[in-house]
This record gives sequence, C-alpha cells and structure tokens, in this order.
Amino acid sequence: MSSATKRWKRFVPLFCLMLPGLAYLIVNNYLPMFGIIIAFKDFNFSSGILGSDWVGFKNFEYLFKTSDAYVITRNTLLYNGFFIIVNTIGAIGLAVLLNEIRKKFFQRFYQSVIVLPHLISMVIVSYLVFALLSSDTGLLNKSILPLFGIEEISWYSSKEYWPYILTVVNIWKGIGFLSVVYLASIISIDTEYYEAATLDGASKWQQIRSITIPIIMPVITMMTLLSIGRIFYSDFGLFYQVPMDSGVLSDTTNVIDTYVYRALMNLGDIGMSSAAGVYQSVVGFALVILSNYAVRKFSKDNALF
Amino acid sequence: MANDSKGMQWISHIFLAGFSLACLIPFVLLLVSSVSSESSIIQNGYSFFPEQFSFKAYEYLGSHWGELGRAYGITVFITVVGTAASLAMTSMLAYPMSRNDIPLKHFWAFLVFFTLLFNGGLVPSYLIYTQIFEIKNTIWALIIPGLLMNGFNVLLMRTYFMTSVPPALIEAAQIDGAGEIKAFYRIVLPLSAPILATIGLFEAILYWNDWFNGMTYVTDPELFSIQNILNRIISDIQFLSNNSNLSSSAASSAAELPSTSVRMAIAVIGVLPILIAYPFFQKYFIKGIAIGAVK
Repeated sequence: MSSATKRWKRFVPLFCLMLPGLAYLIVNNYLPMFGIIIAFKDFNFSSGILGSDWVGFKNFEYLFKTSDAYVITRNTLLYNGFFIIVNTIGAIGLAVLLNEIRKKFFQRFYQSVIVLPHLISMVIVSYLVFALLSSDTGLLNKSILPLFGIEEISWYSSKEYWPYILTVVNIWKGIGFLSVVYLASIISIDTEYYEAATLDGASKWQQIRSITIPIIMPVITMMTLLSIGRIFYSDFGLFYQVPMDSGVLSDTTNVIDTYVYRALMNLGDIGMSSAAGVYQSVVGFALVILSNYAVRKFSKDNALF
Repeated sequence: MANDSKGMQWISHIFLAGFSLACLIPFVLLLVSSVSSESSIIQNGYSFFPEQFSFKAYEYLGSHWGELGRAYGITVFITVVGTAASLAMTSMLAYPMSRNDIPLKHFWAFLVFFTLLFNGGLVPSYLIYTQIFEIKNTIWALIIPGLLMNGFNVLLMRTYFMTSVPPALIEAAQIDGAGEIKAFYRIVLPLSAPILATIGLFEAILYWNDWFNGMTYVTDPELFSIQNILNRIISDIQFLSNNSNLSSSAASSAAELPSTSVRMAIAVIGVLPILIAYPFFQKYFIKGIAIGAVK
C-alpha cells in the first residue's frame, strides 16, 4: 500500500498542474451536460435547476407540436448538407489550382488573401453584406441591378433569396480555409507520380483526375464524414448576424441554433429552448458516433476514436 | 505538353486572382463608403466611386472616442488576458496527459475528448453561468464562457508534447534536481514555442472577434467590446448618441448624424486592426490551419 501511495505522491505536482484545466472542463462542459435535465423540468428561477418540478417529456411534446420544429430541422439539414457539398468541391478545386501555381510568391499571396475572410468576425461580415444588400443604399440595388434593368429588391424582407445569400456568404468566408487544408495534403504527394505521368504524356487534367484526387480521397472522405457528423450544428453567426436577426426571414434563415437562442434570450422560454437544445445535442451526438463509425470502417487511422 | 502546363498556369492564375478579388472587394467597398458624403450615399447608394468624399463619419466617431476607446480597451484586455490564461491552462492540462507514466492516462484523455463529442447546449450553460456563477455583466463573462479552453487544443498540444519533447531531457532535468513543475516550465515550454504560438494566435483571434459572449451575458454598455458595439450599432445607429456621456450634446449630435457612412466607418474601425496586423501573422495563420487539419 505504501508503495502505491508513494507512486501517487510523485505525481501530485503534475495533478496540480492539471487542476485549473479540469476545473474549467467541469464548469464549462460537464455541468451543462448534466444541466440537460432542465429540458425535463418546468424550470423556474426561484427553485433553480435542481428544485424545479419534473415534467417528463412535456417540453418536447410542445416543441414537436409546433411547425418550428420541422422548419428548423429542415433548414439545418438542407443548409449544412448543401454547404458540405459546395464547400468540399470548391475547396478541392481551389487547392488543385493553388498547387499548380509555380511562383511561390503568388501561391502564398493567393492563400493569404483567400483565408482572410475566415479571420473576420461575423458582425463585420454582416456589415459587408449590408453594404451590398441594403434596400435604400446597397450597391446591388443602386448600382448593379439598374444595369440590368431589374427593379430594386428589398432583400431583408424577401425570404426567398436567403438560401442563395447565405450560401454565397458561407462559401466566401469558409472556402479559402478549407482549401488550405486540402492543399496541405496535396503538397505531400510524392512528385515522382507526376513526373512519371508527364513522361507517359498525361495531360494536366488527366494527372489531376488520376493522381491528385485519388491520393487525397481518404482526406476528402474523412473531412466530409466529420462534417456530416456536425450537420446538426450550424454556424450561429451566419444565421443570426447576416440576416440581421430579421423575423420576416425566419422561414428560410431559422436553424436549430438560432431557434434555441431566440427562445431563450428573447422569449425567455426555457422549456422550448432547452428541449430544442437537447434534441440537437442528442441527434448531434448520434451523428458524430455514426460518422466516426463510418470513418473507422473506411480507414482506422483516421477515425477519431 | 509545355503548352498544356502553360495553359494550366493561366487558368489557375485567372481563377485565383478572381476569387482573391472577390475576397478583398467587399472591404474596399466598406472603406470607400465610410469616406463618402452622406448625400452621395443617399442618392447613389454605397459605391466604389462616390460623387463626393467626406470625413464626417470619422468626425462623428471621433466625438464618441470615449466610448469607442473604452470598447477597444476592453477588447484588448480580454484578448490579452484570455489568450494568456488559455495558453497556461491548456499547456498545464496537456503536459501531464502527455506523460506515459501518469496514472489514469486514458481516463484524462477520455475526459477531454468527450467534450468534443457531446455538449449540453446553450440553455444549461447560460443558466449555470448566470444563476450559479453570476457572471452576468462582469468582465469575466467576456473571457470565460466557451472560449477559455478548448478540448481540441488540449489534445493538439498533448500530441506535440509527446512527439517533440524528448523524455530523456525531462529525466535529465530531474536527475539534476529539478521538480516536475520546474521541468515543465524550464524544459517543456521552451521546446514547445511553435505550438504555443499557433494556439495562442488562434485564441487571440477568437477573443478579438467574439461578440457572442457580450451579446449573451452583457447588457451594460460600459462592458461592451468593440464587436458588441458593432453588433448594437447595425440595428440601432443611435446607440452611440444615446449612450453618450455628454448627454447635453447628444441631441444635437444625433441630428447631424451621418448615419449611412457612420455604419461603415465603425465597421472599418472594427476590422482595421486585423487587416493591418494580418500581413505580419498570415504565415503562421496558414501554417496553423494545416496543423489543425492533421490533428
């Protein structure tokens, strides 16, 4: 026994080092996980989380009776699903083009510029979009649409345009970042393959199709499966800031994250918002596990666990 | 064949130059709009070629420098304190986890890793931070929730410690009489400058850009970061005037508020520090993206 305590004693300084980080994980991550019980309670502030009465699945019944539950699930899945497809194809395309650039200076320059939007906060992005789309003073309504003889459009109250707007903004902000990720794996491909292919008279296009893409396919698959695992979680800023929290647009811009936020902060409806939050956490968790299972089947090394 | 690769060069340049332009041009529009006169914006909208230039918007912001300067101060404070605290906590947690001899090795790894797979969501976090820790309207609200430490960074740093710090060096230090903690900050940390710099950079960007915590946990304008001011002004252009300390002059300044250009000028003020600093750290930023990708 004394040797066991001695063994542990030796590690006391190391455990002390871990303490602040572990405390933070408990407060920031683990307590909220147990806080999920709120969704099964009729929460009121005076009784607190533990003291409030249990109501079983009542909050979920209310949530799934509303048409909101369908709309936010549909929007979340369609947007994120579409983003995954468009961003993956676009980013691979950009990465291949970047890899073709011979002059190192230009390659670096293009990379720096296309990841720049990733660095900017969504609030700033919403200003940039406002400069383009504002109905009275936007560049589109005042300078571009008149060129084509199109009437002014009041973008911030026409919900039908928002799927396109949000997709464009998402691509603009994220595709450069993703292409740098893919470029990293393209650069690591052995140049001998290309030299041999060139000797055999393969064109650039043939080389891309038969060497580059097949070799980085594991990375593509892994990245895609990981994003599918996160398909239930949206970029909150994109859906909240860019449409300027506009209620008129909610049919095409409301996703689970924005729904939870508004139900909690604007309506103070803790029952609904916590139920929607748990719905997201549980389905999201199942999807992460499933997609990891798929990655594992495909390539053990790339699986998260 | 030479033609083939030359053609590919051209195509690549044209596409990439085009996309680069698309990335930059909104910023140009923002900048030009902020120095356009109110009348030309109202007449022709935000434009790359305004009829008349004017610095009225910046004069207006200058007259509110008290609030803006304060918000900048808060942003700088949370960025510096948050990044430093984050690096300290992350490395202090990651180092023991990287040691092969640490008891419960797999348990610690799982504890960190599980936070990446599952989370309780906004509502419990919000209630725990506001009801139990009473963080609302304190500076801690801008630093602690969500941002302070990230399980992914802990695992990234642990891997770095495991692969790049030779255990022999730590043993040697201990034979020389250094304790665990001394070995950590004398040997391990200095050898890990690259990963500390990378994670530090990403944390700093996270703090500088964060508007979520302020929007969620802060209602007191005195505690607004620059991002929160931006967030408020886009829906309420009068925000600065209404919250002015010089309440007597507030009415007069609101009357001559060049609202369309002020919107853009305030966004310029918010984004300019990043755009100026970017050329200096872009190399590390891009490297960092690639490091994060290969976990």
